This record gives sequence, structure tokens and C-alpha cells, in this order.
Amino acid sequence: MKIIILGAGQVGRTAAYHLAREESNDVTVVDTDERLLRDLQDRIDIRTVQGNAASPQTLEMAGARDADMIVALTNSDEVNIVACQVAWTLYGTKTKIARIRSRDYTVRPDLFVSTESAVPEKLAGFAVDMYLSPEESVTAYIERLIRYPGALQVLDFADGRVRLVGMRALKGGLLVGRPLRELRQHIPKSDARVAAIYRKGESIEPEGDTLIEDGDEVFFVAATHDIRSVMTEMRKLEDPVKRVVIAGGGNIGFRLAQRLEEQNQVKVIERDAKRARHVSERLRNTIVLSGDAADEELLVEENIDSADVFCALTNSEEANILSAMLAKQLGAHRVMALISRPAYAELMQSGPIDVGISPQSVTIGSLLAYVRRGDVVQVHSLRGGAAEAMETVAHGARGGKVVGRPIEDIRLPEAAKLVAVVRGDQVIMAHHNTVIENGDHVILFLADKRHVERVERLFQA
Amino acid sequence: MLAVINVLGSMLMLFSVTYLLPVVTSAVYRDGLLADFLLAALGCLVAGAVLAASTRRHRRELRSRDGFLLVTLGWILMSAIATVPLLLALPGLSFTDAFFETMSGLSTTGATVLTGLDHLPPSLNLWRAALVWYGGMGIIVLVVAILPLLGVGGMQLYKAETPGPMKNTKLTPRITQTAKGLWFVYFLITVVCLVSLRLAGMGWFDAVCHAFAVMGLGAFSTHDASIGHFNSPAIEFVLIVFMLIAAMNFGRHFIAWQQKSLRTYATDMEAKAMLWLIGLSTFGIAFYIWVRGVYPSYWTALRHVAFNLVSIATSCGLVSQDYAVWPMFAPLWMLMLSCTCANTGSTGGGIKMFRSLVLLRQAARELMLLVHPRGVTPVKIGNQVVQNQIVFAVLAFVVLYFGAVVVLTFTLLASGLDFLSSFSAIIACINNSGPGLGSVGPASNYGGLTDFQTWVCSLAMLLGRLEIFSILVIFTPAFWRK
Repeated sequence: MKIIILGAGQVGRTAAYHLAREESNDVTVVDTDERLLRDLQDRIDIRTVQGNAASPQTLEMAGARDADMIVALTNSDEVNIVACQVAWTLYGTKTKIARIRSRDYTVRPDLFVSTESAVPEKLAGFAVDMYLSPEESVTAYIERLIRYPGALQVLDFADGRVRLVGMRALKGGLLVGRPLRELRQHIPKSDARVAAIYRKGESIEPEGDTLIEDGDEVFFVAATHDIRSVMTEMRKLEDPVKRVVIAGGGNIGFRLAQRLEEQNQVKVIERDAKRARHVSERLRNTIVLSGDAADEELLVEENIDSADVFCALTNSEEANILSAMLAKQLGAHRVMALISRPAYAELMQSGPIDVGISPQSVTIGSLLAYVRRGDVVQVHSLRGGAAEAMETVAHGARGGKVVGRPIEDIRLPEAAKLVAVVRGDQVIMAHHNTVIENGDHVILFLADKRHVERVERLFQA
Repeated sequence: MLAVINVLGSMLMLFSVTYLLPVVTSAVYRDGLLADFLLAALGCLVAGAVLAASTRRHRRELRSRDGFLLVTLGWILMSAIATVPLLLALPGLSFTDAFFETMSGLSTTGATVLTGLDHLPPSLNLWRAALVWYGGMGIIVLVVAILPLLGVGGMQLYKAETPGPMKNTKLTPRITQTAKGLWFVYFLITVVCLVSLRLAGMGWFDAVCHAFAVMGLGAFSTHDASIGHFNSPAIEFVLIVFMLIAAMNFGRHFIAWQQKSLRTYATDMEAKAMLWLIGLSTFGIAFYIWVRGVYPSYWTALRHVAFNLVSIATSCGLVSQDYAVWPMFAPLWMLMLSCTCANTGSTGGGIKMFRSLVLLRQAARELMLLVHPRGVTPVKIGNQVVQNQIVFAVLAFVVLYFGAVVVLTFTLLASGLDFLSSFSAIIACINNSGPGLGSVGPASNYGGLTDFQTWVCSLAMLLGRLEIFSILVIFTPAFWRK
């Protein structure tokens, strides 16, 4: 697939990296900053073009004439929209994805018209097939983490019917120290599948007699309403979160406060007085503080020791790491930090910070789903991009490679695991004799991402 | 280091495939070298397999540093391996001379130590011409096109081998596609050249050999008298056209092919400058030597000057006349042109026209700043703005280039060669243009040099082809520091 990425910022770079890693994609990145581009081209096998992303001339140079997809990820909503419109009007580019940050636009979905379904002559609106809002996805992601205390990752599949949860098993969990097969006896009414276990960074194949140890990182899949009961198997269930302190009243911090303020006690610490004022005017139940989140006295004064969750969500990852560490030391029960660099995130998560959130890997999933062959609905990048969880629709007649076969007969690559099936509204945990039917949404866990293509081809029908 | 050797191994295995060409030729012409070539190919294959297999465990993605080492070692190793057929077929030949010959071929210099070319077995002549052809677009670029395992490392290799200062402009998103595209266009033009030569009156075999030689801009002919042997204005005209095409940027040819239009050439300042410089020089020198009475008519003078001047200026080096007997001004001017005429991304050698233009514009900028101290004047070639960083890189390159010429010339002088031969041999070798003057002039060849002098010339050719930096960087301590 020929893909043009506009904008070489954080999101653009991650997208380029993930997309170019797949052999079949030809990626061209456009940005105004030549130095950024040069640096990027030295690292990954892509072409770069310097220029204004929305200008027809630049798009032409980047090969818009025969591009299959254009992904506008610059930091300006307007540039992104115009670029998509230009690509559609002048070159008829098939797939156009834009990053839209401002909610002013996204609350009016009729502004955007997918050119895939509409009659071209009757298009009334911007030609944007899909819009990403990284801030929105990250906010939703953090909210889920807060709703499930103890979870390291909570990922939605099949419109939220099924969730993949990553968490650290701790002494006190009912299943810790016991073999996996007992899970069914412990919770007879609900069902779950353990997809992967990582012990000291190494992957362990989960079998029926595998013992779960204290400190293991466990990924399991379950229907959304069963998540809580499965989590008690892994560690003692914590009380629901009440008091939340958010450091950084930027886009994400503000949105998170908005989502949480009805049910929780929320405090937002924002360094910039003007921004603090702006945020406080728009929030109803939240206490907005103007100050430095790394200021020990301020934190103590605001009773950080009784905070259930401390979220460091400023633009600077170094500041996030430091203030989260400080808050933890001052007694915050659980601390989370927004960390862009995957290397930092891994480093921190095994140390003083409970959850490191990488905004890129949260955002990249929906984009990846678009470039995959076959009917891929959702992709989540896990463990710094090494592993992947994906949701794909099984197509084909009975007796094909997948449809009509019990799971044990499907020839999946070794590192791939079929964990759950969603049929209509019904969620079925995968067992060796579960038979896949046409139209089933299948949830797969790939411990090694290199096998993605083989899996896709399998489900392509 | 071991990872580099692993890739070198696969490269050698790939290289053994190129022996197919002379093997077929030998089978067709029954010149008795079939066994020799098969043996050489087998040797190359086995050597590659051993290297690759023994270092299998160290295989990994190449880093930018590995690229330089790989390219330099690759070129030396290929030249060494390619001598095997020559050594087997010509028992009297020393390894020194054989290595010079193959290095001369791969670096597209075309200087030879062999005499009696007309009586060489056809397969051997074809082998020499084929080496020029492989070396022209670059064996490493070919490897990048074919071996997908190199990944990002491919870009580093491409950068280390391709001539010119602006190496970041990729023609396609994937480096393997860029490499494939370049080789495809190169192949296509070679076929056209071959057919044109045949139509102009060459035999099929000569047409193939000369098409290879002219597209790679290396001077291996199948005749001692080179193009003088044919004495045909038509052949000379065809060769002039294709020498000029080969001296232009193949990236442009690729774009023209992609767009199916010649529009892109209109913005090619480099080609324009080259054509102007060569055109003016041709008419001027023809006039000069006609006035000095070398040839009886202006038109004869023009014909001979046109062919030999274009040939030397583009660093091809095929000759039709002994231009060394022309008044000294003419051959020296031609030698000077060979330093600068070929374009970036062409198969020619030398400083490259783009660098010369950058330096000229930089000089003009300094002059302008004397008049308008607060003037803002970016260096521009056509519409393309050249960043300061590149201007500095060009300056550094030119310093190293002339430094290399001076050092190597003095080395030859110290070894006992006369000044004209030393100087012209080094200029001709480092520019990959072929014949020099004096004892290495167009009427004689490099066979008269001592072993030491031959090695110095081999080194000059390698330096010129890989544009100095790629080789020199390996000799810096920083390169080896962990």
C-alpha cells in the first residue's frame, strides 16, 4: 500500500515506524522541518518530502497521484482537513485519515463524509474517511485504567464487549501460586482466557498446569462484565478509586478531569496560571490548582498521601516521570505517567511508577487496522510494539481455512493465539473445540508481531 | 565486522551469477575458456557460501558504519575475485596486473594493462566489458536491489556507493525499489545503445561489449586501437550521444521514464552546465587545432575533437585518435574537463558538475557579500536551495580530492615516473577516465608501469569511484571505537 503521512511529530513518526515495518507498505513522510525528516530517513526505510502538508504541490511531490492512503497527522486540525480534501479533490485518494484534536469539530460528525460510501457528486462535507483524536483515545484509555484499579492495560474489542487486561499478579490474588486450570473452578459463572504471561520480561506459554507466580505480568481476555471477578484472581481487589490528582491541565488532563469529575474527587494541578484559569472555568466539580506538580510542598498540602491515583499528564515526559515518582514517595497510592518513549516506559513500569502510558501505542492501533489486509477491525500494539492483539472478522464458506473449523484445526503460527470469539452480542471464550462461523469477530493475541502477515492471510478468505 | 562479512558472503554468491554471461559467450564462440569460467564461478560461489555460513550467527541489521566497511571491502573483494578468469586464461599475467585490470573495469576507469585485445578470447573481452557495466551503476546498488535482507542498512550502502553530495533524495519510498528502478533504466538504455551501435555498423559482439563499456563510462574496447579501429563517423556519433546520456543523472532518466515525458530534463541545471561546457570546449579546441594545422579541414578536426573530448570529459575514455600528439593545451584541457563534467548519480567519475556548481555559487555568494554585507543569498542550483551543510561537505570533498591527487602524484614521481605520466595517470585514474598522457597516453597503456606504480593507480581508481570519504572514514580511529 502506498501511504503518505503528513507531519513528522510524535504521532507521525510512530505511524511511519509501524507502517514502514510492514514489508508491503511504501511510506512517504511530509513535514516542514527538514532536520526532523533527515533524522527519520536515516532510521527507517521511507521517503521524505519537505513542504507544507496541505499544498497540492507538496502532495504531488510526495506521490499523491498514486497513493492509496493519506494520513494527516500534523498538529493543526485545519491543515489536516484541507490536506485530505486536496488529496480527494485533485487525486481521488481512496482512504483519507485525519487527526482532529479539537472537539469543536468532532462533536459534529456530519462535517466529515466518508468518500467510500457516498456518491462523489453529492459529497457535502470534508472528505475525511476517518478521524483520529489521539487526545481523546488516550483520555479514554486512562479512564479505563482508573476504573480498573490494578490494571496496567485495558483494551477494548468488539465495541467494548470484550476487553483485554494486562496486570501484574500479586500475592493475595486467589489464583497466585496455583495452576491456571483452576481458574474455571474459582469462577464458575464467568469465563476468561489467559493470553500471555510474562515473567521477568520473558514470555511463558500459558498451559493448564502453568503456575502463576507473584510478580508475573498476565494478559487475559474476558467479557467486559467479568473483568472485575477475574482481576480478583490475580491480586487482591482494590477499592474503587475516589480521589484523583491530575498533574497537567493540558488537552488530556482537562478531558480526563471532565470525564471523572462526576464520580470522583478530582484535583488538577496546572503550572500556567492562564491555562489554569481557562480550565477552571470549564470544569464544574474539579479543584484546579495553579502550581508546579513537582513542588513537594504543594503536593503535601493537597494531601497527596490520601490520593488513590496520581496521573502525570503534562507535555514533558521527564517532568511526568519525576513528579509521578515524587508523588509515589509522598504516599500516593497509585501513580501513572504519560511517557512517549517506549524505552522509558518499560524502564519506569518495572520501577517506581505503577503504570506508564505510551500515547503512541494507544493511538496507532486504529491506524494499523486500516492498512491491514483482510477485515481487521482493531489492532492494539503491546509491549512496546513487539506483541499485538487484534480483532478480525472471519469470512469465507464452511470448510475454508478458518470458517467451519474448530479452533484446534486452524493452522495458526506458533506465536499466535486465538483467545475469544464474538458472535453478534454473544461473547465466547475460545476452547479447542469452538467452531468458527462466518462473520465471527475473532480476537487474536500475537506474542511475536512478525507473524502478522500470515495471520492476516489466514483470515482473508 | 563479522556481520559485514556475512553480507559480503551473500554478495559473493550473488556475484557468481554474473559469470553466466561469459560462460554463455564462451559456449557460443567455443574459445576454450568454458571450463575456466565455470571454475571461477564455482570458486566465487563456494567462497561466498563459506564466508556466509561461517558468520551466520552474527547476522543482524546493518548500522550506518557497517555500510562504509561493506562497500570498501566489497569492492576490493569483488575486484580480487574477478581476476580469477583472467589469471586462468592468461598464464603470463601477474596478480598485480590482473587486479588493476578488474579494478579498472569495476571502477569504470577502463585503463588496461593488456595488449593484443583483438586476439583475446571473446568471453574474456566480454567479461572485461561486463565488469565495467556492473561497476557503472554500482554492484552494491545491485545487491541492494536484489537482497531484501539489508533493510534500512540498504540506504547506508546506497549512500556510501552512489556518487554526488545530495544522497538523501530517494526516488521511491523503499530503497530496494530505488535501486531496482535505477538498474532497470540503466539496462533499458544499454539495450537501446546496443541496437544503435549495431545499426551504426558494429558487429553484434562488438556492439554488446561497447554498449557495456560506454554505459558504464569505462574504456574497455575489444580492439587495441579502440574506436579508431572502426573509423566510422556513425559509430562515433552514436557513442557520443550515449556517453552524454550516461554522464547525466540516472535519477533523472528514471523520473523521465516514470512520467513518460522529457519535462524533468528542463530543470536539470547540472546537465545543462555539462552540455554547455563540453559544447563550447569542442568547438573551441577544434578551431584551435585546425589553426595549428593538425588536421587539414575544420570538419575533420571537429569530428575527432568531438569524439575524444566528450569521451575524456565524461570520463569514458574510449579514443579514436592519438590526441597526445595534439598541441599540449588540448589534451590537458580534456583531462581538466574529466575532473568536473560528469553529473551526480551518473556512471562517470571526478568531482561531479554539481559540486563544481556549488563551489562557483558559493564563490559568487562571497563576492556578493563584499558588496552587500547584509545580503541574504542562499546557494541555489536552479530552483534547488543547497543547505550550508552540503556546501561545507563539498568543500571538504574537493580538498580531499586534490589532496589525494597531490599525494598520489608525488608517490608516482618518487617511484621514478616522469611528471606528465605521473600526474596524468593519477588524474585519469581518480576520475575513472582511463588513458592519461606521456607513457600512459592514448596510444600506449598502463602495462609499462612497475608493480608498485600499478598498485598506486589501483588505489586511485578505488578512491575515485567511492568518492574518497567512504574509504577514508575506515582509516579514522573514531570509526573503530566501540
